[in-house]
Amino acid sequence: MNETSSPPAPTALDAAPLRVLVTKIGLDGHDRGSRLVAAFLRDAGHEVIYTPPWQQVADVVTLAVQEDVDVIGVSSLATDHLIVPDLMDALRAAGLGHVAVVVGGIVPEQELPPLLEAGVRAVFGPGSSRDEIVGAVATWGVEARTAKLADGGFAR
Amino acid sequence: MTAPAAPSVAAATTAFERLRAGDPAALARALTVLETDGAEADALRRRLHALVGSAVVVGVTGPPGVGKSTLVDAYVEALRRRRRTVAVLAVDPSSPLTGGAVLGDRTRMGQHTSDTGVFVRSIASRGHVGGLALSVPAMLDAVDVAGFDDIVVEAVGAGQSEVEISRFADVTVVVGAPGLGDDVQAIKAGILEVADVLVVNKGDLPLADQTAEHLRSMLRLRSTDRVPDVLTVSATERRGIDELVDAVAAAGRDRGEPGAGPRRRATELLRQRALAEVERRLAGDGLAGAALADLGAAVHRGEISLADATEAVLTRCAAIRPSQPADDGGDEPSGRDQR
Ligand SMILES: Nc1nc2c(ncn2[C@@H]2O[C@H](COP(=O)(O)OP(=O)(O)OP(=O)(O)O)[C@@H](O)[C@H]2O)c(=O)[nH]1
Ligand SMILES: [Mg+2]
Repeated sequence: MNETSSPPAPTALDAAPLRVLVTKIGLDGHDRGSRLVAAFLRDAGHEVIYTPPWQQVADVVTLAVQEDVDVIGVSSLATDHLIVPDLMDALRAAGLGHVAVVVGGIVPEQELPPLLEAGVRAVFGPGSSRDEIVGAVATWGVEARTAKLADGGFAR
Repeated sequence: MTAPAAPSVAAATTAFERLRAGDPAALARALTVLETDGAEADALRRRLHALVGSAVVVGVTGPPGVGKSTLVDAYVEALRRRRRTVAVLAVDPSSPLTGGAVLGDRTRMGQHTSDTGVFVRSIASRGHVGGLALSVPAMLDAVDVAGFDDIVVEAVGAGQSEVEISRFADVTVVVGAPGLGDDVQAIKAGILEVADVLVVNKGDLPLADQTAEHLRSMLRLRSTDRVPDVLTVSATERRGIDELVDAVAAAGRDRGEPGAGPRRRATELLRQRALAEVERRLAGDGLAGAALADLGAAVHRGEISLADATEAVLTRCAAIRPSQPADDGGDEPSGRDQR
């Protein structure tokens, strides 16, 4: 796993389940991996919004807005990860810069830097363990949620 | 009610104004705040109560797999043809063991994702026994204030959730399918009693008409004056959907004066809150929990009647102030803001 910085430790404020969107963009339709990840994020106590493969970037953004997710997991087994920087831009444009995006699947070494530069928090390759993924989602997710609920905007 | 007109999204400066202007991101965040239920939720609920009123809430419930989500997808499509804006709250159960959930209802509604007149939110029941989430009535207020014409709540029927949904929905649609779950089960669960409209989905399959006829004959046996419509539809083939929209509209008109819906929602919110609070205070080994165990033993020994012991337990519960943690017998303030 590759990290760009280390997030703060989880706090008690965040006892509620995290909301995680597990999705696949691009043309590849192999969804066994994303189904598996969805199942073990559920078993780790998170609320997973699962989509079928072949999502458009714009639709992923709409889902992320409506579901107010903390984490987006994108599964990429072929070339789907090449679209992820577009997704990152679209998320920021929609005011969702706080959402933690992680990529799982097969990403060639030389294609990692553009993803991390675009703001992807972590990339999980084929050797990643379940605990690694669950732990990272929890850490980044809590950070994202803390950021989004920080202003308490509806009380004002 | 003479509430000031909602501002436009562009002119809105606060989160609440953006919500009133129908900004989906503001609505989505409001739903999170209500679901998370901290101090901000309390402030938000009060502001919402002052403005609710016009949305029609339709509850869609029934056993797993009968085609509720597919039907909601078709129903939303029909409402959009009538130029109505629609929000869907799709509730799925949380795992009682881990608290996690995979929320898959909206995968059947993918065609509406790019339509700005449709808003879909997946909700996990978060351990609420009835199968619905505790915060759903408050979430309905937020969607209402955001300006949607219609709100559809989908929840899996597990006996109790049909009853719960019918307490706050303006119209309750109970969905069944041919050959799924025998009819005796349906009667036992009390499903027929709460339905304003009964739908036999999968009308493209054999035996659908037979199932509908069976339901009608059971309904005729009941001694109530309000007999719900029984409609046979096919969600996948889009048959009978307009008839369903009309039946729901007719049932809604029967449902009393304006403002009744939001009042029912607030009452249901209060009821669920009160029940959960009693449950919370009885749980664990705090004052009320100890009283429960002691009084249980006294009932067992025949020293006190069950009725008197019940009163004593409720009195104990009432004596606990909300700012006091349930497992804390002391008098010092806890410092936690739990208004
Ligand atoms: N033949 C037929 N199949 C249908 C119809 N409507 C739904 N289905 C199928 O029934 C299955 C379940 O559909 P859903 O819409 O997910 O059912 P649901 O009641 O929402 O399921 P849960 O939310 O899991 O309780 C899917 O395979 C649908 O394609 C219909 O009108 N006819
Ligand atoms: Mg469903």
